[in-house]
Parts: sequence; structure tokens; C-alpha cells
Amino acid sequence: MEYKCDIEEILKKYPNATRDTLVPILQDVQNVCGCLSREAVIRIGAYLRLPASSVYGVATFYNQFRFRPTGKYHILVCRGTSCHVKGASNLLLLLCAKLGIREDGVPTKDGLFSLEAVPCIGACGLGPVMSVNGKLYAGIDSEEKLNAVLKECRSLRDLENGVVR
Amino acid sequence: MFEIIVNNRNIEAEPGETILSALTRAGIEVPTLCHMKKLTPTGACRICVVEVEGMTGLVPSCSTPVEAGMRIFTSSPRVSEARKLLIELLLADHPDDCLYCVRSGSCKLQKLAQDYGVRERIFPPRRRENTLDVASPAIVFDQSKCILCGKCVRTCNEIQKVSAIEFTGRGGNMRVAPAFRDSLNISSCICCGQCILACPTGALHEKSSLNEVAAALSDPAVFPVIQYAPAVTVSLAEEFGMKTGADLSSVLNAALRRLGFRRVFDSAFSADLTVMEEAAELVSRLRSGTALPMFTSCSPAWVKFVEEFYPEFLPNLSSCKSPQSMLGALIKSRFAELEKLDPRRIFSVSAMPCTAKKFEAERPEAGRDGMADIDAVLTTRELMRLIRMGGIDFEHLEPEAADPPFGERSTAGKLFAASGGVMEATLRTVHRLLTGKELKSLKIDQVRGPDGFRELKFRIGGMELGVAVVNGVGNVRTLLEQLKSGRRDLHFVEVMACPGGCVAGGGQPISVMENDRIRARVNSLYASDQSESLRTAHDNRAVQLLYRDFLQKPNSAIAMRLLHTGYGKRDVPL
Repeated sequence: MEYKCDIEEILKKYPNATRDTLVPILQDVQNVCGCLSREAVIRIGAYLRLPASSVYGVATFYNQFRFRPTGKYHILVCRGTSCHVKGASNLLLLLCAKLGIREDGVPTKDGLFSLEAVPCIGACGLGPVMSVNGKLYAGIDSEEKLNAVLKECRSLRDLENGVVR
Repeated sequence: MFEIIVNNRNIEAEPGETILSALTRAGIEVPTLCHMKKLTPTGACRICVVEVEGMTGLVPSCSTPVEAGMRIFTSSPRVSEARKLLIELLLADHPDDCLYCVRSGSCKLQKLAQDYGVRERIFPPRRRENTLDVASPAIVFDQSKCILCGKCVRTCNEIQKVSAIEFTGRGGNMRVAPAFRDSLNISSCICCGQCILACPTGALHEKSSLNEVAAALSDPAVFPVIQYAPAVTVSLAEEFGMKTGADLSSVLNAALRRLGFRRVFDSAFSADLTVMEEAAELVSRLRSGTALPMFTSCSPAWVKFVEEFYPEFLPNLSSCKSPQSMLGALIKSRFAELEKLDPRRIFSVSAMPCTAKKFEAERPEAGRDGMADIDAVLTTRELMRLIRMGGIDFEHLEPEAADPPFGERSTAGKLFAASGGVMEATLRTVHRLLTGKELKSLKIDQVRGPDGFRELKFRIGGMELGVAVVNGVGNVRTLLEQLKSGRRDLHFVEVMACPGGCVAGGGQPISVMENDRIRARVNSLYASDQSESLRTAHDNRAVQLLYRDFLQKPNSAIAMRLLHTGYGKRDVPL
């Protein structure tokens, strides 16, 4: 995903904020900037008069927050009970193997894909499900279906870059 | 007051206090790992659990308020079993290397395991990822030994208000670390070492220089010399079974010579020198009215604090080096010249109550021509180890004097170990400089005492000086904020980074947290100030000779080159 990040613009929305507002600000910054950069953590701390170590401590407490940019295509694999029963763990293993990354959000070397496993996407009837940049893909229970999804992403990139096959 | 029943005996308790506080007052011991006096309890470690009749579970005594008529059992089988299990769980991801651990013997976890009869590992070891942080010049952080009690975090955040470290991550991935899990070296850590004193295990300790020192002592090509800080001599006694607080300077001189040091110098001599330089600097600032109030600069952790958090006050710091660095510079210049020694052959060691001195010795300005002034800094704890390894028994040593030309000291220099001491010593000399006369009473009561912050008006001739004494950098922020918003009535401020001053420094024996020991050390310093006759830096004959033969006068060009320095802003995550 591409982001336009201006922390000062975001902070303007929180005049006279105190430490109670830390989590909403972190969420806002991550939504706009894609992740919480070092600069963002330090700046938010200074804004709220909190030490950077405290801001970082709070942010690392929640799985929601990321400290590195995601890949261009950020994949979430559902690890909820229902998807698990339908074979989500295989899907996750397959994705890791195919992309050569782990489900820790660190993107592939070309910056195209990153991967995270999440507790539940909320589409329990359609498992196993995964989402790419928020777009849901249901019933990904075979390598062929997975390949189709990944191929879609790759050709999208080519389209955007103007590459003609 | 009301009564509670503890182990079938009645004891008194006050409304609002915790069970632990009532038990402690009644002399009933309850083990704790995370409890910190004067701070709000967190109840993190649960080792202080007790049984309260009528309550279903065991309760942590540190965070449960007493109620009238409570029936409490502090060592029932249920309580003891629970505590033992807690210890065994803590040991589940703790290494079994007590034999090799720097804290063996002073580790609270080890003691608890002994006390509760833990004789085998009952949970399979679960090792955390290996994160040994050795990059800081002063402090080693060994995550594998951390039990997440949080005392270091609270010391750093709530007492020192530096907040260099925090709990990061959650659950099994939780770990105490600086922001971004950086190394301490590039964090806002000021190297004060108070976290080491707080740590119940060996997770935090000083970066040891013992090996380098031992190697230098056995190398015939090297000329090893040592200086020791005033706080060190009053802190060794209890560790060697002698009267707490006793000043061991003269036997320490003998001990250090037996260990192989060719010269033994007293940093209290260079503290006297610091007084001369700092008093002259203060007088010139008072006359020109610039960069006031002047801050002392003896405490390297305080200096680093200013460089990081309050760079706007850098001009206010005295340009004087600390006594350690002044003597370091003199040893490799004046002393080498007198002895016709190549300064590169000299291995200059200092024994300090301080971990930040290790950082100070590595500052690029603490040396000349690519040569460091101080080659190794030992904490008081390391010095004790060196003395033990050397098989030295203090009881069998005859007192000896420190070596000339840097061996003589006044009690003013000695006072540097106590909070308020630099102030008292400097005011004595400033009075002499400004009026030509000695103070009527050399003892300045108002600057003495254990409080973290003291201020007073001090009359010198026709001038009224506003002076303040601060110990513990956590206590200095209020003052700095007042100065920022325009306060103008202060002229001279002494700051020591550690709460209690150097006698309670981060390099001191681990028992340092016990207040009566600190008091005994301070009392010993004040007793020698009372009984000895040389009580002012300017009357120190060795200092006078050094000025006559070498330095000319305080703040002369050569003094500025060797004994003064400058500081700069540091860019670290705050």
C-alpha cells in the first residue's frame, strides 16, 4: 500500500492531548503512514510529553502496531478456529514457503508481499480466508487457488509499472 | 491504629497501610522481589503472598491493604508451597550458571531458591532468545537473567526520571529494553547504574575491566598506577567485616601497593584541585554575570543527562573536568614528566563508586594525542574482587600514605563523596577568594543532609549567593524547568546523579540500598572533616606546589588545556 505521511498534520487533530490519547494517535499514525517509524514514535512521545521508551512499550504491547512498512501487498491469513479446521495452517505454511517470508510482517526482498496471521477476519463460513490489502479471498484451500491470488497481485504490479508481457 | 492477628499473635497496624508494611514494622520477614520502598506497589512478582482467613486465594502482601481484625498467616504450608512454586517457575527460563554469575552471593533469586529448598529444576528449561547487550561502556544487560520484576524500569522512570528502559512486547516476548529495543549504548541511558543496584539478579551489572587491570598488573613493561575516589574508602569496610563506614584510605594504600600498583593516588587530591578551578571559574562568572547558575560537572551521569535532556543548559555546566579526569590528565602529563616515563607505558586505573565514570573515561576529550587519560575504571565492587583475588587481608596491613605528588588531600576534597560536599568544599574556597578570609565556620550545615533537594542563601562578604544542592537527577527537573521559565536568583548548583550522592553510587556494593549504611559512610566523612586540621582545598600543600611549579594559577592556559573541557548536545531518543 502507498502512504502519504505527515505526522504533524495528524497531531493537529489532537490539540491538548494527554497520555490517554496515546493509542488513538498511534492507530491514526499507522493508518496514515502504514507503520510506526522511529521518528513517529519519538515525535508522538514529545507531543504527549512521554518518553520514547514508554510509547514504544505501549505500542509493542498491542499486536496491531507495526514498526516496519508492509509490502506493497499486505496479506492477512485468518487463523480463527473455523479457518483452522478448514486448513488455514497449510495455507500459511504454503504462503511462507512460496514467498520466502514469515508471518511477521517483514516484506519480501522485492517489497511486494508481506504476511501476517490474524486471529479472525470474521468470515468464518468461507474459510480458509485470506485478505490482500483489505480485499477478501475466500476458500483458498488449494495451491492453484493461492497461485491465482498471487498472480493477480503480480500482474497488477506489472500493469501499474507499465510492463507489457 | 487497630490490631491484626499474624501467625496467631496480635500486632498493630495503621489504617491505609499495606499488609507488608505492618508485617515489616513488626519484624516479620516476608520475601519480596519487585517491592520498592516509597513507590506504589505493582504486585508483579507475587513472592510476598500471604494467607488471609476468609479470602479464597493467597494475596500479595505488598499491595493488599490491612483491615481491622485480619487473620494472616505468613508462612503456612500453603504459603511456603506457593512461594516455592513461584521460584521454580521463575527459574524455568533462568540459566543455571550461578557459579559463574557476577551476582552469586548477592542475588535475591538465588537466596530465595536456597531459603525455600529448591534442589532441582522441575520445569524443563525454556530459554529466551539470547540478548546480551554489551555495547554500553558502563552497563551490561543480560536478558537471560531478567525476571521482569520491573525494579530497573521503575528506578529509571520514577526515581531518576530518565526513562531509558521500559517493558517492551507482551507475554512470553516481554523484555525490558530501551525504545526500539536498541542497545543501551545509543539510548538515553545516562550510565548512572542505579538499575544495577535495583536488580535482584545478575541481569544488570557493570562492564568489568578487571581482566585488563589484572593483565596490566602482571606486565613488566607496564607502569600501573591507581587513583581511588573518596566514596570508595568509606564503603569497603563492611564488605571486609569491619565497622560500617570506617575510612580505610590508609590501609587501602597499602593494599593497592601489594596488588602491584607502582603509585597510589587519592582522587580527593584532585577534588581539591577541582575546588580551586571551580571556585575560580565561579568567581569569574559572578563578576561577568554570565552562564549563571553554574552547575557542577563532577558527576558524568549528570553531564550526560544535560547533554541529552537539557542541552540549553550546557553553557551553565562548569568547564572543569571531574576529579577522576583531572588526575588522569595530570598522571600522563606532569607525573610522567617528573618520573621521566613515557606516558604510553603508564596504565592508569581509577577505582570509583560509579558506573558512569567508565563512560566518562571513554569520552573522546578525556585524553590527548590518541591516548586515553584513564585506561580502566573499576567500580567499588570490582575493586573488592581485585582485593580478594589478591588474597589481601585488611586486618594485617599497616596504614600507609598515598603517593606524592598527588597524595595529600584536605577534608574538603574528601567531602566530594557526599551530596552537598562539592558545594561545601567550593564555598569554603570561594569565600577565601572573594574576601581574603576564611569562613567563620567551615562547616556549612544547611548543605548537609539526605534530602534530594536543598537550597539556601549564602552570604559571602557583601554578596548573597543563591545555592542549591540536588542529588538524584530525578530531583533536578523541577529546578531546570523553573530556570527555563525565568528564575534568576541562583548562582551555583551542585548536582549528583545518584540519589544520596556518590556514597550511594551505581558502582557501590549491592547492599547500598540500605539507608543506614549510606548514613554511616556520610557520617564517617563528616567526622574526618570535624577532626582533621586540613579542611580547605586552598591550604592543601600538594595543590599549592602543583600550581607553583606547573599549573601557575587556577584557570591558567595550561590548566584550561589539561583540567577543563567542553560538552555537546547528544541526539538520542528521549
